[in-house]
Amino acid sequence: MSRIEGVMKALKDQGRKALIPYITAGDPHPDQSVGLMHTLVKAGADIIELGVPFSDPMADGPVIQLACERALVHGTTLRQVIAMVKEFRKTDDSTPIVLMGYLNPMEAMGYEAFADAAADAGVDGILTVDLPHEEADEVAPLFAARNLDPIFLMAPTTTDERIKAISEHSSGYVYYVSIKGVTGSATINVDEVAEKVAHIHNIMALPVGVGFGIRDADTAAAISRVSDGVIVGSVLVDTIARHQADPDALKKALTDLLHPMRVAMDNPAS
Amino acid sequence: MSVKLTEEMLKALPDARGHFGAFGGRFVSETLIDSLMTLEREYLRLKDDAEFQATFDKDLADYVGRPSPLYFAERLTKKAGGAQIWLKREDLNHTGAHKVNNTIGQALLASFLGKKRIIAETGAGQHGVATATVCARLGLECHVFMGAEDVKRQSLNVYRMKLLGATVHAVQSGTKTLKDAMNDAMRDWVANVDDTFYIIGTVAGPHPYPLLVRDFQSVIGRETRRQSLVQAGKLPDALVACVGGGSNAIGMFHPFLADETVELYGVEAGGLGIETGQHAAPLCAGRPGVLHGNRTYLMEDENGQIAATHSVSAGLDYPGVGPEHSWLKDIGRAHYVSVTDDEALDGFRMLTQIEGIMPALETAHAVAYAVKLAATMDKDKMIVINISGRGDKDIHTIAQLDGIEI
Repeated sequence: MSRIEGVMKALKDQGRKALIPYITAGDPHPDQSVGLMHTLVKAGADIIELGVPFSDPMADGPVIQLACERALVHGTTLRQVIAMVKEFRKTDDSTPIVLMGYLNPMEAMGYEAFADAAADAGVDGILTVDLPHEEADEVAPLFAARNLDPIFLMAPTTTDERIKAISEHSSGYVYYVSIKGVTGSATINVDEVAEKVAHIHNIMALPVGVGFGIRDADTAAAISRVSDGVIVGSVLVDTIARHQADPDALKKALTDLLHPMRVAMDNPAS
Repeated sequence: MSVKLTEEMLKALPDARGHFGAFGGRFVSETLIDSLMTLEREYLRLKDDAEFQATFDKDLADYVGRPSPLYFAERLTKKAGGAQIWLKREDLNHTGAHKVNNTIGQALLASFLGKKRIIAETGAGQHGVATATVCARLGLECHVFMGAEDVKRQSLNVYRMKLLGATVHAVQSGTKTLKDAMNDAMRDWVANVDDTFYIIGTVAGPHPYPLLVRDFQSVIGRETRRQSLVQAGKLPDALVACVGGGSNAIGMFHPFLADETVELYGVEAGGLGIETGQHAAPLCAGRPGVLHGNRTYLMEDENGQIAATHSVSAGLDYPGVGPEHSWLKDIGRAHYVSVTDDEALDGFRMLTQIEGIMPALETAHAVAYAVKLAATMDKDKMIVINISGRGDKDIHTIAQLDGIEI
């Protein structure tokens, strides 16, 4: 059983849902990333999605584009991101890490070298935004051989036929993109998400994490009731942008944002 | 080493997943997949639909002014001192460039699909103008994304688009050029996918765009082939076209791919010189990677980050290239070369001064290379340059380089 599967199963047994924060590695500075990952865990994260910065993140909005630019100014590379995971693993052997990014940095590193290094560092899943399963023939066996869970996206526009096909190529969980738009854009509609997630669960059995548009504890709690996990990205990255000059204030601000989400998700009465 | 391509082989490309050999494909976020599959299905149906094709042909004739002439450039030929140089006059099209062939075709597709809102990216502004033009004609809402840097360089075209009723969005992210405009157009499309048609201006992007843009632009090569046989009594020995994303070049090359005797030359922007790294020549100096929905030659650093490009010409200032060109390069069917900013400016002046034809700075790259190439060929040989656009939009840039304020 992969680390992601283990966490998802344990949460299910406890009747809880996964809280999955996203930050861009190297933002605001590569030296701070490992510390921020531990902060996220302390604040209640079950799984961390660690963004690999890319110069042209075309599925992301301005908040994450700027995070990529901040990380790239300091020369953050995919190899460094993998090294951050290795460092994180020295003191945390239980929190799954999903690398989330675009295909080209992986292709430039070489798929096999990437898969080897990621597995060796203790990475658990790979989410490649611009890699639909139809184009994943080359990487899928490399990931499978190293127990790296391939995480794919589903969207409001995804047809039943594709839901089935995507689930057959996925393990760990699938990432449901709750809105038509880029990261950090519109407001989430809980009823629509509930309906679509239920529909997806009629077709496949993997856990469904929901992302895009979750900005506060109330929304996180509402989405957690209709899905298996809540993915929070732009609002955290925006917080990083606002506190980039003061590392201690940044850790506190991230905690103040994430921890209430954890509490609200775990306490259905609230 | 070149391979012999047959009509049969060419018909099978791109394959069902949009691949040209190792290149092309559909590397986009899941949100866009359904729209791309719908577009592909509808296009493959309409491509052989008599009414669609008849409407397209009629628009090209009556609205664009096709066929564009094939002109023998006698004085340029003498100046170059070798092969005969002929010019395919896409600069005479309505709106002043080849771009309109494609926007007519895609706007027609949008109408057949019932989409009322159009978005486009643009570099030099020619594709933006061509898109704004067809939108004005069809009464469609038009949004053009243009890098803030290019908005400055091409203010005339920005104003033309506004006059035509389009909203121009100056893109402030990244390098503020064509690639960033394409990122933002993609982002808009993801958010408005239900009512919006994205008219991509070049043969790059996710499948089926490289296919349909190539098909719409292939009218250039089909006419050139026919006109060469009538006017010169033979096929050309060489075709020369500039390559940014590569739509004018593929439009010229594609109908000749099975004609073994016709050599194909794509001319990339050498900028300040390939050796300086300040250029926009992914086929000459890049390597394969994935950007904007397709696998193709790219300019990138060793970590897979897309590199900043440089060219005096905004329309060539792009780090990628259409996947079919990448394939043609790897199988050796086409040659890809580059000329520098300075050589292109010389080409601009030469064609202006001895033929009275002012080419776009993009096109001037092809002119500069063709003149060099002609000098190495016998006098009975024939070169056709695709004069992909006219230079009115570049007069400010040229004047500025001359230190003149206008």
